[in-house]
Amino acid sequence: MSPARENALVDRLCAGDGAAFTEVVRAYNGSLVRLASSFVPSRAVAEEVVQETWMAVIKGLPRFERRSTLKTWITGILVNIAKTRGAKERRTVPLATLAGDGPSVDPDRFSGPPGHGAWSDPPAHWSDLPAEAVVSAETFALVEETVELLPENQRWVVMLRDVEGWSSPDVCDLLGISEANQRVLLHRARSVLRGVLEQRLGGRA
Amino acid sequence: MSLFRTTIICQEWVELVTDYLEGTLPRRTMRAIDRHLRGCPHCTEYLAQMRRTIEITGSIPTDQDVPDELIERLLRAFGEQLPGEL
Repeated sequence: MSPARENALVDRLCAGDGAAFTEVVRAYNGSLVRLASSFVPSRAVAEEVVQETWMAVIKGLPRFERRSTLKTWITGILVNIAKTRGAKERRTVPLATLAGDGPSVDPDRFSGPPGHGAWSDPPAHWSDLPAEAVVSAETFALVEETVELLPENQRWVVMLRDVEGWSSPDVCDLLGISEANQRVLLHRARSVLRGVLEQRLGGRA
Repeated sequence: MSLFRTTIICQEWVELVTDYLEGTLPRRTMRAIDRHLRGCPHCTEYLAQMRRTIEITGSIPTDQDVPDELIERLLRAFGEQLPGEL
């Protein structure tokens, strides 16, 4: 949503315009549910968290000062509620959780001094595959499933940065982490995702 | 690993790629990386894959359907905040 359109919506919201509120709910509900799902055990709980978020938005609107975008403000409320709820209800940890703190690429794929080698088993080529081959329901499902398996801090950072498109400073503020820490988490998450996509799309065994 | 580098090799590059894309590396290191990428098709492919990965991750569609009864319930709550209070 453009800043101009959003500003106009906020004006109408503050004037009690129900149609504007409906528009906002329809625009943001889907991505709020998706984000909430990365904090809490189930989609049902995620939907509850999102409803609680909307109620908090309604109550909080009189105090919304427009220092951030409406979406950032709403998402911030959601993350706080979701984190609290997620802490209370233990997420089912999948059996095969990725440890996610090793090297970004299997060291066996390089030769030379440890940590400083050249590719001996280079990346299988897939970056130039046409969109139809890459952008598909299957690929999206693979990425979503893999994000689910990441350690929670990596999962939250990659959801906010890459799935939702938040800026680095906003993510750091929201999660209460440093930029350096955020980059490390993002790096680990993205390395896993790239590896998984290479396996699927590059035809690696 | 120090971030101030004059030469970069492949196994180092795969750990620097996020800093590279974030623009947080010292200029000398950026130049060392660009020199390496010019001569290494594998690391160039790795960067392209990372960019494509980010693009795919950012394209995942959301479920756009919002149940009508949820809208109705929320609208009622919204309406109870009298316009005067907003």
